[in-house]
Amino acid sequence: MTDNLQRTLLTGNAAAAWGARLAGVDYIPAFPITPQTEIIETLARWIDAGELQARLVTLESEHAMITAAGGAAATGVRVFSATSSQGLLYAMEMLYTVAGWRVPLVLVNVSRGLAAPITLEPDHNDVLAARDSGFLQIHCATCQEVLDSTLIAFRLAEDPRVRLPVIVNLDGFYLSFTREPVQIPDASRCRDYVGEFDNATIAFRASAPESQAVAVLGGSPYSYFRYELHLAAMNALAAYEEAASRYEQLCGRMHANVEAYQCDDAEIVFVMMGSFATKAKEAVDRLRDAGRRVGLLRPRLLRPFPLTTMRAHLAGKKAVAVIDQNLSMGLGGVLHTELAAALYGQPDQPKVVASFIAGLGGRDIRAEEFYEIAATVDRAGDRGETPGPQLLYTADELRELRKLQALARAERRQLSAATAPKPAAE
Amino acid sequence: MTTADERFHRMKDLPSTHLLGTGTPMCAGCGGLEALHEAYDILGPKTVFVNAAGCMTLLSVYPLTPFRGSWLYTAMAAAPAGAQGIRDALDILLASKRMSAEDDLQVVVLTGDGAAYGMGLSATSGAIERDLDFIYLCYDNEGYGNTGQQYSSATPHAARTATSRGPAGYPGRKKDLFDIWVAHKPAYAATVVGAEPLDLARKLEQARSTKGPRLILALAPCPTGWDYEPRLSVEIGKLAVKTGIWPLKEYVDGQVVHTKAPHPRLPVEEYLSLQGRYAHLFHPRRNDQLIAEIQAEVDRYWADVEGS
Repeated sequence: MTDNLQRTLLTGNAAAAWGARLAGVDYIPAFPITPQTEIIETLARWIDAGELQARLVTLESEHAMITAAGGAAATGVRVFSATSSQGLLYAMEMLYTVAGWRVPLVLVNVSRGLAAPITLEPDHNDVLAARDSGFLQIHCATCQEVLDSTLIAFRLAEDPRVRLPVIVNLDGFYLSFTREPVQIPDASRCRDYVGEFDNATIAFRASAPESQAVAVLGGSPYSYFRYELHLAAMNALAAYEEAASRYEQLCGRMHANVEAYQCDDAEIVFVMMGSFATKAKEAVDRLRDAGRRVGLLRPRLLRPFPLTTMRAHLAGKKAVAVIDQNLSMGLGGVLHTELAAALYGQPDQPKVVASFIAGLGGRDIRAEEFYEIAATVDRAGDRGETPGPQLLYTADELRELRKLQALARAERRQLSAATAPKPAAE
Repeated sequence: MTTADERFHRMKDLPSTHLLGTGTPMCAGCGGLEALHEAYDILGPKTVFVNAAGCMTLLSVYPLTPFRGSWLYTAMAAAPAGAQGIRDALDILLASKRMSAEDDLQVVVLTGDGAAYGMGLSATSGAIERDLDFIYLCYDNEGYGNTGQQYSSATPHAARTATSRGPAGYPGRKKDLFDIWVAHKPAYAATVVGAEPLDLARKLEQARSTKGPRLILALAPCPTGWDYEPRLSVEIGKLAVKTGIWPLKEYVDGQVVHTKAPHPRLPVEEYLSLQGRYAHLFHPRRNDQLIAEIQAEVDRYWADVEGS
């Protein structure tokens, strides 16, 4: 049902804030970091204006922020928070910790490349560092998706079969600061959708003392609780399907765990996450115009990994090009590794699953590069031999970089000439 | 404040029922556990202890706990932030009438000196500055005790630790956590030691009945880390006070008041000589210079107190 098709121009950050607002969050522990700050500023403004009944507290670090988020959720309130990049890494110890507490909270991460060198623009090494933390992950490609996914994430996190925190990821700048038309769903229907916060068995009350997150002795109880965490994450596959279907009933938009674009008859498939996949989509259209059977597969859900869906879409394909906007030093793309493992040994597995690294630190991926990738994997498919990981970089870029290096060397020479000891006078 | 003074005049005024369970894996003679026992009797079970990594993390090991109230283990640096989340959530639940006032809890951070003086200081400073309503109970055994007593920023000058075994012991000086708290103008701050239970009870009662950030800094004589017989823990705790090495004091209404000024002060060597961590000051040769240096520092402290 789409009772309100009116759209508002919203940045990805504002869309994330709207998601939290419509979910009726109680508590927002916060810490500013570019490019996420607009999210907490927006929420703070609504609270100050009396438009949102929630408490926002700025902590002194992201480590503290996630601890406070977990502590509040463990006491029994609905919690939202947001961070980015270095902040996510600073909080990393607590991401693992609060996931182990089995607290259902939602954290928006605005992806940004990691230091060093320090940068502000996006790639996915930050959010992938949280891959094994126990947080579930939803990756967005549009501002509308950011709003919708935040609401879906609350329902998913609080599902009794799941009870895990969820990260909703959007790319810095490309989504965070880009205005797109976004339909803001009706508030009361959103409240019905997420429901009242149910703390299940997790709470601190004087009348019902509880010890949470206690130590264990030995590998056996430790393994038991870690397995439980994994099984809960696996339960999230079915829970996600339900949450997404219910959301479709609410506002007519279906966000499947994997977006498949022109995949059915495709011979060659690009696999990408996040907003840069919209560039791939454009390239698919151009390649289709030229008569090439190319498609795009975009996992929205990274944890739990939508194994069955990915396998089904890729069965019988000639070649798959995984374009990773991340880099695991000494191996290659993270999504590529995961996908190759998922496809290996399957009947009808693609002949070639090749890895391409692109879009690091917001580096553009041009249409010609997608065409080149398609041609490369097509040839590899003919040979039936997967090439090694390829790091996308153009000759023009290299020339520009060489200019910067030459400039740096010239500056250094000038400086050392100026500060060299002068020969003695006389 | 009168309430605390009225309740605890004499030793027989101390609670006769003891709340903390027995059989914990703390070492025999643990001065931290002694202080916690005494503190818990005053605070009562309507508490949630938010724990930072340290010896006392091992109090609650699945599926057992010595606490009648609640517990949350966080991480080494983050306990005050955990307390923030819990306190804020309790306040939200109270304000929205989703929880009755009877279900409210006193939020108590339980931390060792390793976290309190170092890694956890940023989170603590933030919590005080945000005027968080919590008690911060630090058991200070002057080193990273749980890992075998390496020096921490709470280690006193000249003490031998697992990472300062040279002839002069630890070259640094103990950080002043009490003064760091006082600089934040908290609601309350006090130093205690389990060996002075009446003084401790008065201060815990004062803390319990105050709102805002409250420090209880307990010197925790540590047989394992300080290298002495467990039976000496109480005596060493008393000597820490009588020699003036551990001043018992509180910060209330903007003033620091010493609650048990020793007159006359015993020489510091009576405290030092009982502990293996200072044995190098006495054997094989007496290090008069270093002993005098420690004495002079204590004398200077009390001269400042008495002169002001």
